[in-house]
Amino acid sequence: MPKRGTSPIDGELLQGTLDLLILQTLTLGPAHGHTIAHAIEHRSDDVLQVEHGSLYPALHRLEDRGWIASFWGTSENNRRARYYRLTPRGRQQLASRTTRWDVLVQAINRVLRPAE
Amino acid sequence: MGWIRFFRRRYWDDERARELEAYLHEEISDNIARGLSPDQARRAAHRKLGNAALIREDIYQMNTVTLLETAWQDLRYGARLLRRNPVFAAVAILTLALGTGANAAIFQLVDAVRLRSLPVERPDELAELRIDSRGKGRSGRFISRRPMLTYRQWQEIERQQEPFASLMAWSDTSFDLAGGGEERPANGLWVTGSFFDTLGVQPSVGRLIGPADDAPGCPQPGAVLSYAFWQREYGGDQRVPGRTVLLDGHRFDIIGVTPEHFFGVEVGRAFDVALPLCSEPVFRPADSSLEGQMTWFLGAIGRLKPGWTTDRATAQLRAISPGLFRSTLPDNYVAEDAAAYLAFQLEAVPAGTGTSVLRGNYSTPLWILLAATGLVLVIACANLANLLLARATAREREIGVRLAIGASRRRIARQLLSESLLLAAIGSAAGLLIAQWLSGFLVAFLNSDQRPVFLDLSVDWRLVGFTAAVAVVACLLFGLVPALRATAAAPAASVLGSRGTTDLRERFTLRRVLVVVQVALSLVLLVGALLFARSLRNLMTVDPGFQQEGAVVVSLDFRRADVPAEQRRTVYDQVVARLAGIPGVSAAGEAFIAPLSGSGWNNRIVVGGELKPLLVNLNSVGPGYFRALATPLVAGRDFSDQDTQQSTPVAIVNQTFVKQVFPNENPIGRVFHIEDSPGEPNPRLQIVGVVADTKYQNFRETDVPIAYVAARQDAKLPPYVQVVLKTTTGLPGVRGGITRAIAEINPAIGIQLQTMDRMARNLLRGERLMAWLSGLFGALAVLIATIGLYGVMSYMVARRRMEIGIRMALGADRASVVRMIIAEAGRLLVIGVILGAALSVAGARSAQSLLYGLQPWDPATLALGAGLLGAIALLASWLPAWRAARMPPTAALREEP
Repeated sequence: MPKRGTSPIDGELLQGTLDLLILQTLTLGPAHGHTIAHAIEHRSDDVLQVEHGSLYPALHRLEDRGWIASFWGTSENNRRARYYRLTPRGRQQLASRTTRWDVLVQAINRVLRPAE
Repeated sequence: MGWIRFFRRRYWDDERARELEAYLHEEISDNIARGLSPDQARRAAHRKLGNAALIREDIYQMNTVTLLETAWQDLRYGARLLRRNPVFAAVAILTLALGTGANAAIFQLVDAVRLRSLPVERPDELAELRIDSRGKGRSGRFISRRPMLTYRQWQEIERQQEPFASLMAWSDTSFDLAGGGEERPANGLWVTGSFFDTLGVQPSVGRLIGPADDAPGCPQPGAVLSYAFWQREYGGDQRVPGRTVLLDGHRFDIIGVTPEHFFGVEVGRAFDVALPLCSEPVFRPADSSLEGQMTWFLGAIGRLKPGWTTDRATAQLRAISPGLFRSTLPDNYVAEDAAAYLAFQLEAVPAGTGTSVLRGNYSTPLWILLAATGLVLVIACANLANLLLARATAREREIGVRLAIGASRRRIARQLLSESLLLAAIGSAAGLLIAQWLSGFLVAFLNSDQRPVFLDLSVDWRLVGFTAAVAVVACLLFGLVPALRATAAAPAASVLGSRGTTDLRERFTLRRVLVVVQVALSLVLLVGALLFARSLRNLMTVDPGFQQEGAVVVSLDFRRADVPAEQRRTVYDQVVARLAGIPGVSAAGEAFIAPLSGSGWNNRIVVGGELKPLLVNLNSVGPGYFRALATPLVAGRDFSDQDTQQSTPVAIVNQTFVKQVFPNENPIGRVFHIEDSPGEPNPRLQIVGVVADTKYQNFRETDVPIAYVAARQDAKLPPYVQVVLKTTTGLPGVRGGITRAIAEINPAIGIQLQTMDRMARNLLRGERLMAWLSGLFGALAVLIATIGLYGVMSYMVARRRMEIGIRMALGADRASVVRMIIAEAGRLLVIGVILGAALSVAGARSAQSLLYGLQPWDPATLALGAGLLGAIALLASWLPAWRAARMPPTAALREEP
């Protein structure tokens, strides 16, 4: 269930971050869970080492909110896999969350490196 | 969110499992491509994914509404626990079933009598039209159970009223279905042509009475049957229109049948046959109510026009009242009555729940009974709370473990409450069944022989809602505190188990308080029961001034017997003589009004030109009357055959009459007369005898002055006569003789037979109901409270085994152990009894009007109640005390709690 409130920084930082990464990954086109997990890992230069399993509850949650949609398709290895794609609402969310993320990062940076 | 997913969570779980499976396959393929062996590839893939089961559980949780899911778990767990403790479950459910059942049954009566709407179209639009403050100060003849208006008024109202789209009037009566001989009564209605239209009732067979049927002169009066009567008397014959029904010896064509649930407009009575109002003169040719200017016999209900409220309707009705009452003023009213009459104002009051005589009579008793059942339930809940506390103690270890491994207090409290809720739900469902049976029994109790009570007792949303509310309240009452207490204990202490000697003092306090509450409340109920029982006894043993036993009242209807008015005297004399000659009959006397029959006749009297300011009860009786009732003659003489229309008019009065009208004088020979109406002077009556005081209408009255006139001197005899018989055999022994004797005189005479005992019983049925029910509830309360006390004492003894063992090892003898325990119980009892006594005195005031011959604070009753309760309760605590004393000290000392 989405939490209401205007505060951009809350306790769900990590969880929110994962959501953001998933949404960003899906801007490139529909993908299944395995691809998404590896894409995140790869594009962050292996810095973000998440347990791939934790991706699935996040996918489930995002789908529940209507930000992504899913369908069964065939993978590169010719297997049935559940594909996810971004919905228009998800695209909006991604935009607004990215902005908020930038604000947050700048704020943290100002705190951590006040001299610069 | 996921309501759909909630209901399809198993499907989604499978879906996710397949998805995770797909991930593993992909990862394994990739790993193999990277050169790992299949086995290594599989293990690496699993490592990468993490715990698949945990992931699925996470997702599963997201799909559930946790509260619902766990509530269901709790209920299943609770059910399992109850199944494993069948004795506890049975006791708890039975207690709750009795408690809620009693509540639901009484509520069902309250609902049926007071709350339920009439089963007609849009009942909220209906309003009753009547005279303000129920027309207090009216005089004249009152017949029917809703004597609100006269026919003349009705005609004027119908012409002048504006608020009602449709207005109807009705009167009730009793028809005799037998063509002669012993009567077979049916509940009759006379209705105006607008009756069924106004109510919006549709026929289930044929057609109903319409305006054309209630035409002047009544050319074609057709009868409408109730559904129940149609089933009972005509076997539900579809071709019943065209058949006929015999009412008081007159044959009427049946035109239709009303729907199954329609019973009329009076709650508590169901009609059998309805006729158009214009047919009334057929039944009362000599004194039709339609002609009587002072005959109040109609009730009126209308459907308000859209936009009209009862207030607005009342305003319009008030505006037309002065003119209306002026134009309908009876011709021979005395000035005083006329002034009251002209001041009357009409009003409209909501009538969606119909009218009811029962409602007025049984309102207070029903509310008192509802309060009593409420107390029973509270006692039952206190008892259950105690039981649950004991069980929670037994489950301390289990709960401690669960707390220790991380269950939250709220979660455990919720689980314990779910168990209580389960108990409450099962208990109230069983209670609802008990209620159905009990309320049927209560209605049967309210029945009198002549007038069966009809109440719609089908289960409706109100009853179910009430029972559910009772169940929830009960559950909270008995479940909440134990649940909170159980989870408040420190987990470590309960897991380790405590081996104390006098431990858990504090938890005891709560249980003691519960016992005190039970004792106090059950004393209230017990005292109430004793008060009602003693009132009933007082009423039953009150000396009515005549001998009820063996007395039979024979009511004869001569309307169909074709006896000319001038011959009635001769025929009535003949009837009395024949009845007196029946074997088993030792005396017979004619009476206009049989005592305790509910009928009455009163008026003011004039002595020496002075109007006395008291109402005197009157009766017109024949020579054998006082002998038949064994009422002693105190002075002077009885009526005799020498008192005729030609001789001096005479009267016999009772002792109270003498005390109030001729104090310290010899009444014999004095003259008085009943207040004259204009143009109708009453004869001057000479007192020839004084009889002992008797009851007139009911047992509760005291000091009623009665004057008896000689029936043989009545100038105008009605076509009815009653004869009181003194029999040695009772009714069964003389029934055949009576019907034969009357049939020989004239087979068309209608006969009703009733014993005086029966009439007295009918008169006291409200009191009997109260005595029985309050007795039942009182006994139930004492029983439950006793079980509660017993339980607490046993439990306390069990917890104090060690202490008792030590005391005995140190030399305390058995008697002192018993004394110690009994003293403990005694303290609780004393506090409870004192509290209960105070509550009883306060509570009994509300029942004052129902008591007879004793005060609500009657000390003897209080003492008796307290003594009874104390004795039973001490017995209940003696048993555990005795067991404790019998226990060998070594056993107690060695025992590990």
